[in-house]
Amino acid sequence: MTTTATPPATTTPSTTGARKLPSVAEGPGVWTTGPRGALIGLGIGAVLLLVVAPLTLGGFGLDLLGRYLCMAMVAVGIGLVWGRGGMLAMGQGVYFGLGAYIMAMHMTLADTTLEGESIPTFMRQNGVERLPELWGIVQHPVIAVAAIILVPTAVAGLLGWAIFSRRVKGAYFAILSQALAAAFAVLIIGQPVLTNGSNGLSNFQSLFGWDLDDSGNRLVLFLVVAVILLAMLAVTWQLYRSRFGELLVAVRDQEERVRFLGYDPALIKTVAYMIAALFAAIGGALFVPVVGIISPADIGVVPSIAFLIGVAIGGRATWLGPVLGSIAVSFAGTQLASAFPSAWVYLQGLLFVLVIGFLPGGLASVIGLLRRRRPEGRGGGRGDGSAGAPDEPGDDPQDTTREATEPEAAR
Amino acid sequence: MSSRALLTAVLPLVGALVLTGCGQRYDPQAQAAAEQAPRQSCVDTDGDTIKVGLLNSLSGTMAVSETTVNRSLNMAIDEINADGGVLGKQIEPVTEDGASEPTIFAERAGKLIRQDCVAAVFGGWTSASRKAMLPVFESQDSLLFYPVQYEGLEASPNIFYSGATTNQQIIPALDWMREQGHRKIFLVGSDYVFPRTANRIINAYAEAHDMEIVGEEYVPMGSTEFSTIVNKAMASEADAVFNTLNGDSNVAFFRQYNAVGMDAQSLPVMSVSIAEEEVPGIGVDNLRGQYVAWDYYQTVETPENDAFVADFKRSYGENQVTSDPMEAAYTSVYLWKEMVEEAGSFDVAAVQEAADSGEIAFDAPEGTVTVDGENQHISKTPRIGQIREDGLIDTIWEAPEPVAPDPFLDGYSWAASINGA
Repeated sequence: MTTTATPPATTTPSTTGARKLPSVAEGPGVWTTGPRGALIGLGIGAVLLLVVAPLTLGGFGLDLLGRYLCMAMVAVGIGLVWGRGGMLAMGQGVYFGLGAYIMAMHMTLADTTLEGESIPTFMRQNGVERLPELWGIVQHPVIAVAAIILVPTAVAGLLGWAIFSRRVKGAYFAILSQALAAAFAVLIIGQPVLTNGSNGLSNFQSLFGWDLDDSGNRLVLFLVVAVILLAMLAVTWQLYRSRFGELLVAVRDQEERVRFLGYDPALIKTVAYMIAALFAAIGGALFVPVVGIISPADIGVVPSIAFLIGVAIGGRATWLGPVLGSIAVSFAGTQLASAFPSAWVYLQGLLFVLVIGFLPGGLASVIGLLRRRRPEGRGGGRGDGSAGAPDEPGDDPQDTTREATEPEAAR
Repeated sequence: MSSRALLTAVLPLVGALVLTGCGQRYDPQAQAAAEQAPRQSCVDTDGDTIKVGLLNSLSGTMAVSETTVNRSLNMAIDEINADGGVLGKQIEPVTEDGASEPTIFAERAGKLIRQDCVAAVFGGWTSASRKAMLPVFESQDSLLFYPVQYEGLEASPNIFYSGATTNQQIIPALDWMREQGHRKIFLVGSDYVFPRTANRIINAYAEAHDMEIVGEEYVPMGSTEFSTIVNKAMASEADAVFNTLNGDSNVAFFRQYNAVGMDAQSLPVMSVSIAEEEVPGIGVDNLRGQYVAWDYYQTVETPENDAFVADFKRSYGENQVTSDPMEAAYTSVYLWKEMVEEAGSFDVAAVQEAADSGEIAFDAPEGTVTVDGENQHISKTPRIGQIREDGLIDTIWEAPEPVAPDPFLDGYSWAASINGA
């Protein structure tokens, strides 16, 4: 806290004085933060994911990266609700799980049909003789995809409205969202006939008729995942610049003032929450064909919190921080857990505590802090440009003061 | 601008789809045919060593149990290496952590097969972890040796099951209880697939054998609240309890069971997930005289077991105990060695063919075990045990000869509703 409070304090007068002045970030390097900067950021991401990764990584590496990208989709949504909206969503596993289970149910049914059966094997072993209606609904691919998009969004809309219109916020919202994740996992485990319980659904052979074992199909699947993630980033970039994005930040920082201005904060928060739920659901739905399994262990409290770690480390309020943080933490998890199985969990926890305690803006804010210290820095001359540059979408004059007030909102 | 960004994002997608527009459609028949053809494997069989994967949870909730399995696997490998290795090659174990999560098990299994190029993988504990790994081993056409008793109803050609299936543990336990005159059984279990499947089998068995199930209760994994269930068991007319609780729940269950004054004399409990390792955690005072069903106990009297127990204590400490899953894991490494030497090759298809011969046998600590070529399980000797004062388990009944594995219970007419056939 104290470490981060100091640097903003030195720069605050210059930024808060004029409310609509271009932010410090926009001054020296407009090309890195404006629309062109975003395009460059997305372009670099596209080249890395769509060209470099498929060419350099083997089949296994690509599968791993595909999983990281699916997790990163959840992170993008968390960045929106937590970083921009101040809602500490600790239960995104619910929406991730909804999307994943709808997809898994559809894929299981499709495989069952292709194999000439009418009821999945695990159901037959549970003594089921007729396909449950809940499953029958998602048999058609179009309906399955529509359900992946609509069901989690609708659930988030109903829950969000119920929560936010009652002005539940801060720690109460965090606890509530976490309880949802716990309840959802218990619900899934408790319905072995419908969901195969703690074993989860796995052993998928095909996706919309395509053979999942075929390396060409897997490459396409990876490209689809990468493109959808990039599209999500483009959408959030636009959102952050829009009136809605400004309102969301305003609600986070001063909800009462926004209400006095005539806006309904509950509506704004609910919409953000729904978008985050949609991103999480899409991430979950793609997770299933990429990883090949979904089980309650992937959607409960622990994975829901794990989603937050990458977002916090990367920089929750920034544009690319959540994605890069999430991918980095996933990558480190795979690499370090192999080498030091028991140490990684502690290290992850320690990193989370350190970032929340001493660097609430995440690693992305380090670049910002360094830049502000340098009087005429040309944006630091970073080579990749994707990590730090476009992470502040221009017109965000409150940027520096936010870091000081943010923990209050998150709590 | 965002539309332009979207366009740049969507264009490559369209391009990629057009390029691979004629990708491979999935066809179960073609798939079955493809399985006959050998898949190219990256296993390096030229050097002086051969890599195998050890995949156990070294972190997370299952670490306590699975670490000991990892030790006995390492012990078997060390023994084989000291004895000249397999086909003249030293075994080089690659250890990965399953982190008690099915998804991680699947991912690490993929890494072991595709990146480390191991010839076989040993490990897994929970059914969820096995179910998660199964598609990986089938699609990559590799071999998994799974060492834990489980709920049956599975026989993948890519998995060798060295733990007991239901007809080698649960059904013998029921037979024994019936012989002892128990007719009214109360069921208590953790809420996951093994207890639920086990209890479906028990219900079908009871119906066919003139026994009565007077209660069936489940608690969430890790639950420690049992006063209601213990009271229900007491109030029911049960003359025995069949316990499929897992892990920590057993501690709370037996504490509260004893607290209301019940013990092995007043209402005996038959447990299928409590082995030597778990006894100290639950407390011998709470378990004294209670019954368990496994295929191996540390006290089994065979020369192989004397050596196994002594070696394990020498390697890992005098106060270490050995249990059924550890023994099954140890045995699985030797079974793999036998198969490879019978096949004269590390090739998966050749190893499977060698196993199919039905002649792969090993003098394990539990007695001689034989691999069943049909279902990749092994014949084992069911044993009913009673927990002693010192926490070890005495065999009070054992099958006269090893029982052939029957994972789908095809040989039991009353079980027709279980296997979904």
